[in-house]
Amino acid sequence: MNRSLGLAALACAVTLAAGNARAEETIKVGILHSLSGTMAISETSLKDTALMTIDEINASGGVLGRKLEPVVVDPASNWPLFAEKARQLLTKDKVAVVFGCWTSVSRKSVLPVFEELNGLLFYPVQYEGEELSKNVFYTGAAPNQQAIPAVEYLMSKEGGGATRFFLLGTDYVYPRTTNKILRAFLHSKGVTDKDIQEIYTPFGHSDYQTIVGQIKAFGAGGHTAVISTINGDSNVPFYKELGNQGLKATDIPVVAFSVGEEELRGIDTKPLVGHLAAWNYFMSVKNPANTAFIKKWKEYVKKNGLPGGESRVTNDPMEATYVGMHMWAQAVKKAGTTKVDAVRSAMSGQTFAAPSGFTLKMDETNHHLWKPVMIGEVQGNGQFSVVWKTGKPVRAQPWSPFIPGNEKRAER
Amino acid sequence: MNTATVALTPPAVSTPAPSRRLYPQRVWTVILAVYGVLVIALPMLHLAVPASSPLHVSDYTVTLAGKILCYATVALAMDLVWGYTGILSLGHGLFFALGGYAMGMYLMRAIGRDGVYGDPVLPDFMVFLDWKQLPWYWTGSNHFLQQALLVVLVPGLLAFVFGWFAFRSRIRGVYFSIITQALTYAAMLLFFRNQTGFGGNNGFTDFKRILGFPLANPLTRVVLLVLSATLLLGALVLCRALVLSKVGRVLTAIRDAEDRVRFCGYDPVSFKLFVWTLSAAICGIAGALYVPQVGIINPSEMSPANSVEIAIAVALGGRGTLLGPILGAALLHGAKSVLTVAFPELWLFVLGLAFVVVTRWLPRGVLGLVYRERRP
Amino acid sequence: MRSVPNAEGRRLLILFVLLTMVTARADEAFPRGPGPTSIAGPAGQAPDVAPPAPRLATTLDAATLDRLVDPDTRDETIASLVEATDVRALPVLRALLEGNLYRGPPVFMEQQGTLQDALTGAPAQADRDQLEQVTINNRVRKMLERAVAALSVLEGPPGERLAAARVLQENPGPEVLPAVQKALARERDPQVKKGLQATAAMLALASADAAQRLAAVEELRKAHAKRQLMQRLEVERDPQVLTALYDAVRNVDLALQRAATVGLLFSGLSLGSILLLAALGLAITFGLMGVINMAHGELLMVGAYATWLVQAAFRGSRHFDWYLLAALPASFVAAALVGALLEITVVRKLYGRPLETLLATWGASLLIIQAVRVAFGAQNVEVSNPGWMSGGVTLLPDLVLPWNRIMILAFSASVLFGVWLLLRHTRLGLLVRAVTQDRQRAAGLGVRTPRVDLLAFAIGSGIAGLGGCALSQIGNVGPELGQGFIVDSFMVVVLGGVGQLAGTTIAAASLGVVNKLLEPWAGAVMAKIAVLLFVIVFIQRRPQGLFALRGRALEEG
Repeated sequence: MNRSLGLAALACAVTLAAGNARAEETIKVGILHSLSGTMAISETSLKDTALMTIDEINASGGVLGRKLEPVVVDPASNWPLFAEKARQLLTKDKVAVVFGCWTSVSRKSVLPVFEELNGLLFYPVQYEGEELSKNVFYTGAAPNQQAIPAVEYLMSKEGGGATRFFLLGTDYVYPRTTNKILRAFLHSKGVTDKDIQEIYTPFGHSDYQTIVGQIKAFGAGGHTAVISTINGDSNVPFYKELGNQGLKATDIPVVAFSVGEEELRGIDTKPLVGHLAAWNYFMSVKNPANTAFIKKWKEYVKKNGLPGGESRVTNDPMEATYVGMHMWAQAVKKAGTTKVDAVRSAMSGQTFAAPSGFTLKMDETNHHLWKPVMIGEVQGNGQFSVVWKTGKPVRAQPWSPFIPGNEKRAER
Repeated sequence: MNTATVALTPPAVSTPAPSRRLYPQRVWTVILAVYGVLVIALPMLHLAVPASSPLHVSDYTVTLAGKILCYATVALAMDLVWGYTGILSLGHGLFFALGGYAMGMYLMRAIGRDGVYGDPVLPDFMVFLDWKQLPWYWTGSNHFLQQALLVVLVPGLLAFVFGWFAFRSRIRGVYFSIITQALTYAAMLLFFRNQTGFGGNNGFTDFKRILGFPLANPLTRVVLLVLSATLLLGALVLCRALVLSKVGRVLTAIRDAEDRVRFCGYDPVSFKLFVWTLSAAICGIAGALYVPQVGIINPSEMSPANSVEIAIAVALGGRGTLLGPILGAALLHGAKSVLTVAFPELWLFVLGLAFVVVTRWLPRGVLGLVYRERRP
Repeated sequence: MRSVPNAEGRRLLILFVLLTMVTARADEAFPRGPGPTSIAGPAGQAPDVAPPAPRLATTLDAATLDRLVDPDTRDETIASLVEATDVRALPVLRALLEGNLYRGPPVFMEQQGTLQDALTGAPAQADRDQLEQVTINNRVRKMLERAVAALSVLEGPPGERLAAARVLQENPGPEVLPAVQKALARERDPQVKKGLQATAAMLALASADAAQRLAAVEELRKAHAKRQLMQRLEVERDPQVLTALYDAVRNVDLALQRAATVGLLFSGLSLGSILLLAALGLAITFGLMGVINMAHGELLMVGAYATWLVQAAFRGSRHFDWYLLAALPASFVAAALVGALLEITVVRKLYGRPLETLLATWGASLLIIQAVRVAFGAQNVEVSNPGWMSGGVTLLPDLVLPWNRIMILAFSASVLFGVWLLLRHTRLGLLVRAVTQDRQRAAGLGVRTPRVDLLAFAIGSGIAGLGGCALSQIGNVGPELGQGFIVDSFMVVVLGGVGQLAGTTIAAASLGVVNKLLEPWAGAVMAKIAVLLFVIVFIQRRPQGLFALRGRALEEG
């Protein structure tokens, strides 16, 4: 009895020691995405992509001879909880880097924590700009890499020669700031205020009857296009209403900035053929890097039995997460350490052959990626067909030149 | 009804005279011990002990403790209206949030030129909304004293007006709960609007300093913790004194049989209104202390789900006991912080089960498990 | 006691009514608008004429094909083909529109599933996945739709020609004039002829003759083509035509406003019908047991998920469009079962303690949401509308009422009728009414109140399930579906009063209409807030709601 007890104690001690030893050999990577609540719909795929990328990096030997260990927390779409979890990741779990956030609220609420504790955050989602923190690397698009080229396309002959614009968005900082930038841009192109209408709906809004009516009324006056910054959930009822009230893309095209393959999964896209989205990556882009990426993703989904199975898709923020993680790993290798200040300098100028088919570069000074711009039209099968793209990656302008006062901004 | 006989026969059981002491000696010892730990031991371990030592208390723990203390204060205030007066409010989070917003306004102004846009007067979110000047309801918000007053006045006034109309119309029970829920929901929608001028979906964030003291400073954090603990203790003493007094008797009578109280000649409306407004004011102050510790306030604090969580914290701890809800809040929010890390998918199951289990099998809450006899 | 027809008969009657409506709807050739499917000869259309002979070969030459495929020369090629009224180009143009054209070389075309050489019609040896699809964008699509319509109006069955004429009316362009005139010369069908004449008149807007321009303005006014009128206003010189233009624009604006008002009323009623479906079950249980079930929204969600599961089972089958008929009983039963479970495990045990029931059901709602999230994922699931629920009916020239909303309006009316029948003409309904009015006396008369409670709760939950089925057709289906309807359902119940169906109905309709009327003025959020505040204030004035069965003393002690 005593002997078996002693053996058990020895086994425990050995496992603990082994566990501890193993713990010293891994590098902790924090993953800060909502797995429940309203944003779970968009963010869960990012968590899965991050875990898949960590597996991929570990399979090729890890970083600096050590394996990456993910630390996943769920801030549950609750902004104060984001800040608390971020603090926990940095002080308790002592992660080397955090990949996370989606909405601008969540990013703004964790920013003070990262700046105070000198942590490192990789933010993969397209956003409104007007921010530049030395503790964040932005792998999503700034407005000049998404919104402005989309409007230029709509105004061009190929895009339909739109002269009147209906700006429709969800009521929060991203659509408000983006529309402010777009309004200034449209003014610079000679579009007057009477040809621009701006409307906002709250998060989770689901009844778009009146709004579609207003779009029709506004659109009776000539070449009109809708610029939609509606977020997530609300897109489904919006597009359904559009389709059912007979508003077709050939009459009034709608270009959206927050609608990707993931959001189209919940909609029958046949009435929506021809509506547009602007991103830096589409799943339908054909090149070897993307084929490999999609294959890896589908295998990962199958192996881990993720819900959705065959119907899971890849999208721009997932690609940005993938690229960001690889770039970070490269920077760590270059710096020889995971210390934030060293990695930050090593990040400058990092390049990576991304699934979008372009080689993306992390700008030397402004913490943003050079990204290509692509405009895609919705197809009947929920995918996008690329109708326009830039020849090479575009440098980001986090401080939009269309907002007065930004001329004085320095880029660190 | 044999009223005549009741008047002649002496009462069979002698009700004890209202005690002069708030709590028996044992309970006071426990309360003061916990207070001492929070106010003396925790700060010392955070400030004096170096970071490398295993005894060091991290700032994460300090802010978490402060947060939980604020929630406990809210639960206490809720117990006053629910446990003792029988008013189930599903909108108490609104008062908490309003107090938080009032303090948040001051904190936003205190950022000064250190904001992203560097505007000395306008907070960042007004700059990106293209507003040229402060709206009228922001005037004077850079004065701490004014905002501190508003922390109490705004929730208090709203509670007073709402309560006056609701109680006078004799709305009770489920109906009252539903309209409080509607009220907080409407307020949440209002505050989510960017045009309302309170930061919309982003709320207030990126605070730098309070009364000149930088918020990132460990000493400031510790002071806020101490203040939260003191608020809780003060509220506890106040509420305890209240329920032990004659007013407290009337309140429990209202909870148990409001119509008879009216028939006895008391006006339940004024009592309910008084305790309702007091509770709202306490929530407001708790909210004001919560915001600088958490660093953000946004409209989701006003969501119906938050308010219902307050109710369950009270029920979990044991309503009608004052100490129970404090315990309940600590348990609930402690579990939330732990589970959303360890088992994120499990947290909502646990929470849901807590609701069902507590209401079904633990009508007296956790404290009721410990203490068999009913506290007056 | 008089014999009461059983409840099965009721349900069958309702289903029968719905079925007849649906089949009547599906039979009519509803105008789907200028979509490619209506012109490109879908399977099963135009039963009176033998299906057109497969147009396999085109005698377009190779050079034209190459010019068509090349984006730089595409525009002129299409225009020239249309101006030449060359109907041999029709199959290729259709294929290009639908994305069935592939760059080879040579150019391949996919017709009815088989890949063939576009030039010769010979079956192709290539693998479709290796070929590059010729993609078009919106601008080209618009031009192509016009081109295909212009050529289709020259030949084919009358139904196709009519649809093509309509497309041309809505989307005229100068290059279709030769085709329109050629078609007019040989068209016999009066309806098609009318449409073509209108198009021809519209195209005469730029003619030198003022009289023709006046006629064109008149045509455009009738078609409410504001855009063309506005464009002409900028360049018109003739004063008479100018006056006509201004009048026409004013006229069209008035018509648009009228259409918008009707649309607004309809949308208010539509919202009201959805609120009614969501709140009806709650009203019954609240009236009966005085319990507010906070998990009510989740019963809606269960119904919606049941619909999704049924739809998934039907996917790929020929009868996919009829999955809704199977989904209705499925969602009713699923939600009723969940409701019954809820009643037995939670509500019954907390009888007499409404506040605790509120909290316990809230906890149950969290459990149900998380269970669904774990089982089906946190993401939304896709519920596609059956064909007959898509699109809309064009009531006025500028007002399209979506079919799914019309259906849901009719559906909620029939559910209301069904519930009324249940409450008035069945034994269960009698018991429910009795217990609602006076529980003690009913129990004293031998009514087994726990049984009645359970059945009523289950039925109320089932109705919520039906509401969820309806919701799945117009919005998202996700674990949090119910959360968006909880507060609204409560408002309807509280406003409408307890114990009377009329109260719930009127409350739902008025809340919907008021919300929609306020929305264009104040925006969606303020309209919602105004409605909430209105209900809160109304309840202070009249706590028993609009129609009350009992007096003010609803809360016992």
